[in-house]
Amino acid sequence: MAKEKMEEKEIKPEEMQLDDAARVKVLSPGMMVAKRFFRNRLAIVGMVIIICMFLFSFLGGALSPYSESEVFYTSETMLKDYAGATAIDQYLFVVKPGEALPKDIYSKTMIAASTNKFEFTSRDGNNYRLEPLGEEVYVLYARVQTGPKPKDVEDVEIAIGSLKSFTTASADMELSYDFCKGALSALASGQESFSADGADYKMEAAGNHGALIMDASGAETAFVSDMNINPVNSGTYLSPGFKLLLIEMIEQEKDSMSVTEDDGTEATYLLQNKNGQYLVRRNQETRIIDSYAAPSPEHVFGTDGNGMDLMARLMYGGRISLLIGFVVIAIEVVIGTIIGGIAGFFGGRIDNLLMRLVDVIYCIPSLPLFLILGSIMDYYQLPAKVRIYTLCVVLAVIGWVGIARIVRGQILSLREQEFMIATEALGLSTHRRIFRHLVPNVIPQLIVFASMGLGDVILTEATLSFLGMGIKYPAASWGSIINAVNDVNVMTNYVFVWLPAGMFILLTVLAFNFIGDGLRDAFDPKMKR
Amino acid sequence: MKKFILKRILISVVLLFFVSLIIYTIMRCLPTSYVENQARALATRPGAKSYQEWVAQLNAAYGLDVGVLRGYFRWLAGAVRLDFGDSWYWNQPILDKFKSVIWYSFFLGLVSFTLEMLIAIPLGIAAAKKQYSMTDYTVTVVALIGISLPSFFFATILKYIFSIKLGWFDLSGTVSRMHQTMTDAQKFLDIAKHMILPVITITVVSIGGMMRYVRANMLEVLNSDYIRTARAKGLSEKRVINHHAFRNTLIPIVTLLGGSLPGLFSGAMITEQLFQIPGIGYTSYVSVMQGDIPFVMFYMVFLAVLTLLGNLIADILYAAVDPRVRVG
Repeated sequence: MAKEKMEEKEIKPEEMQLDDAARVKVLSPGMMVAKRFFRNRLAIVGMVIIICMFLFSFLGGALSPYSESEVFYTSETMLKDYAGATAIDQYLFVVKPGEALPKDIYSKTMIAASTNKFEFTSRDGNNYRLEPLGEEVYVLYARVQTGPKPKDVEDVEIAIGSLKSFTTASADMELSYDFCKGALSALASGQESFSADGADYKMEAAGNHGALIMDASGAETAFVSDMNINPVNSGTYLSPGFKLLLIEMIEQEKDSMSVTEDDGTEATYLLQNKNGQYLVRRNQETRIIDSYAAPSPEHVFGTDGNGMDLMARLMYGGRISLLIGFVVIAIEVVIGTIIGGIAGFFGGRIDNLLMRLVDVIYCIPSLPLFLILGSIMDYYQLPAKVRIYTLCVVLAVIGWVGIARIVRGQILSLREQEFMIATEALGLSTHRRIFRHLVPNVIPQLIVFASMGLGDVILTEATLSFLGMGIKYPAASWGSIINAVNDVNVMTNYVFVWLPAGMFILLTVLAFNFIGDGLRDAFDPKMKR
Repeated sequence: MKKFILKRILISVVLLFFVSLIIYTIMRCLPTSYVENQARALATRPGAKSYQEWVAQLNAAYGLDVGVLRGYFRWLAGAVRLDFGDSWYWNQPILDKFKSVIWYSFFLGLVSFTLEMLIAIPLGIAAAKKQYSMTDYTVTVVALIGISLPSFFFATILKYIFSIKLGWFDLSGTVSRMHQTMTDAQKFLDIAKHMILPVITITVVSIGGMMRYVRANMLEVLNSDYIRTARAKGLSEKRVINHHAFRNTLIPIVTLLGGSLPGLFSGAMITEQLFQIPGIGYTSYVSVMQGDIPFVMFYMVFLAVLTLLGNLIADILYAAVDPRVRVG
């Protein structure tokens, strides 16, 4: 069927009449406007920018592998204090279960050991006696009075003291008193084996400062040394192997050593000697938030201070900025058209009243008002979503007055024209006359104003978000991304954080203005191009 | 004419009444965290009254203990006698604080406004003279960029280039470190130097609107019949533009300028805040952030007065140059 028609046309072109509609290219007014609009280069540039922004924000946001509030981490090797080592210069006591040491035992032991007076009275009045078990190993007895005479004294063993410290072979093992006593006495007397708790243990000297204790099967049980080696972070367990290596390091006066850890990673330890106090530092892999990462293939625009991908935030921020713009303008147009239309059509007292309302709202300073509302929202700690909706409503409630004025002015002049008299003569309803005959004639001005107003709204929203009173974390907006420049360090060193967002705002608002400008020219019937 | 002016003034006063009522109502919605903080601080003093008592006393002292309507009339009674009360945050009478900061804003506004006029009027006219020429396109694009530039972004770029990269200006503030040791002339130059970036910011951001306004009006004039007549008479293009067209575009421009004059006092909140210039805009910004209700109230009403005054001046000027407006 379609083919037939085409053939018909091709066959008889010369039969066309002079007044044939197809001969003369007739353009409807709408098409004329479109034609003029598409001839305007700036307007086309604006259209292209806006389409790109929409694709970037809505499609890009959907395609982006990252979400708007996903935090990225990076690992960094940092030199961290790991352990400290000092030679033991104070007697350490292993206490028998159920007994307690007097508070001043440490000083008393020092005095006793240096003066060889092994009997002493503690500050709380009890008598004690130290019995040397070998070199620098003492057993502590409490002298308990059993009878009225001074001689009725019984010695009760309560602890064993030495300049050695024990390390268990695993973190959750505990050593018994007997074991420690056996080990210490064996150490003091130079024996290589001892028995405690019914088991035999062997001892093997390791370096000049320590000894490894193994049970009958040859498994490591404990490590004794005269160095006190403690981790910097409580909760870290230092194994005998590590302590052994560390002591070796100290003896050989090495500065660093590499150890293959249990999980197979290589770790480097650095040793620092501070007047006999040794500090071990380790190059540790630490997981940190990847903040202000420079642009890279994974993060095209880098990351922000919270370690979030800036590209994703720009996309989601674009959604919010564009959405707020359109929602606010839509509300403004509705309110403005209704009020402006009513005022312009009825005139007289209604007009006067409504226009004074417009004047009042026009006089309210908007920026301070928005800031105040922002701080009210802060006070009630509204969630990010609610803030966005509130912001839309508030911006619209303040912003409709401009549209109302334009609509009213236009309708005032249209009202007097012949076609309106015709509608009156036809007896059309007031509602129909306003909204079917007057408002459509205002639409060109409305569209122009709305497209320029969109830019304004986006600018206002960005300004508020920049001041921290609009869209808040974790929701993103272009303005809140630039907010980071309030930190001079970011402004100076991380240009990639704030420059793209600012350019996006500029380009979007500029594009809306280009389009509005183009539309104004296109709608102007006086324009001859 | 007298009747017209009188009528306009009366309408403005009525409008101001309602505007300030609305502003007062909104201000009363502000979280009174300032009062609460103050009460908390006072209550922790040795031998002080309890927190609740302090809150009640402070609310009474600040006039927050009565309803909105009564509170408003109380405020209004003070305001008509130019007694706006004391600022909470700045700890001094509002008018004193106002007097000490307004001149920064005024001079900032005046200089930028003068620059704006000097640049916008010639460029706007040049653009209109040759519509759709390269000049016209350039002016249009520049004007639209100016309108579209977020002031905070532009200020940041200026700071980045001129303060950080080139090191020509300080990042913020109005005086440099050695200000106290300078002679008077040096002091003046020092302050002027600190004002350069803010002035550029304000000028660039607000120049676009005026450029487009001048251009649109000039175009309208150039399309009118008397210009065609002048051309038909065979006048030189120079004479047509300078004598016949320019004088007629001056009518709307003068109206606009007159209407903008009160705006010179309104301060630029964002620019002043970014450059830490202690003008009325910055002071009010800090007051909003600190919940200083009396000062913010004053500032908002002050801005409303400036807007009304601007409209009034524009209306009167317009009526003065165009008698048709006065009817009705």
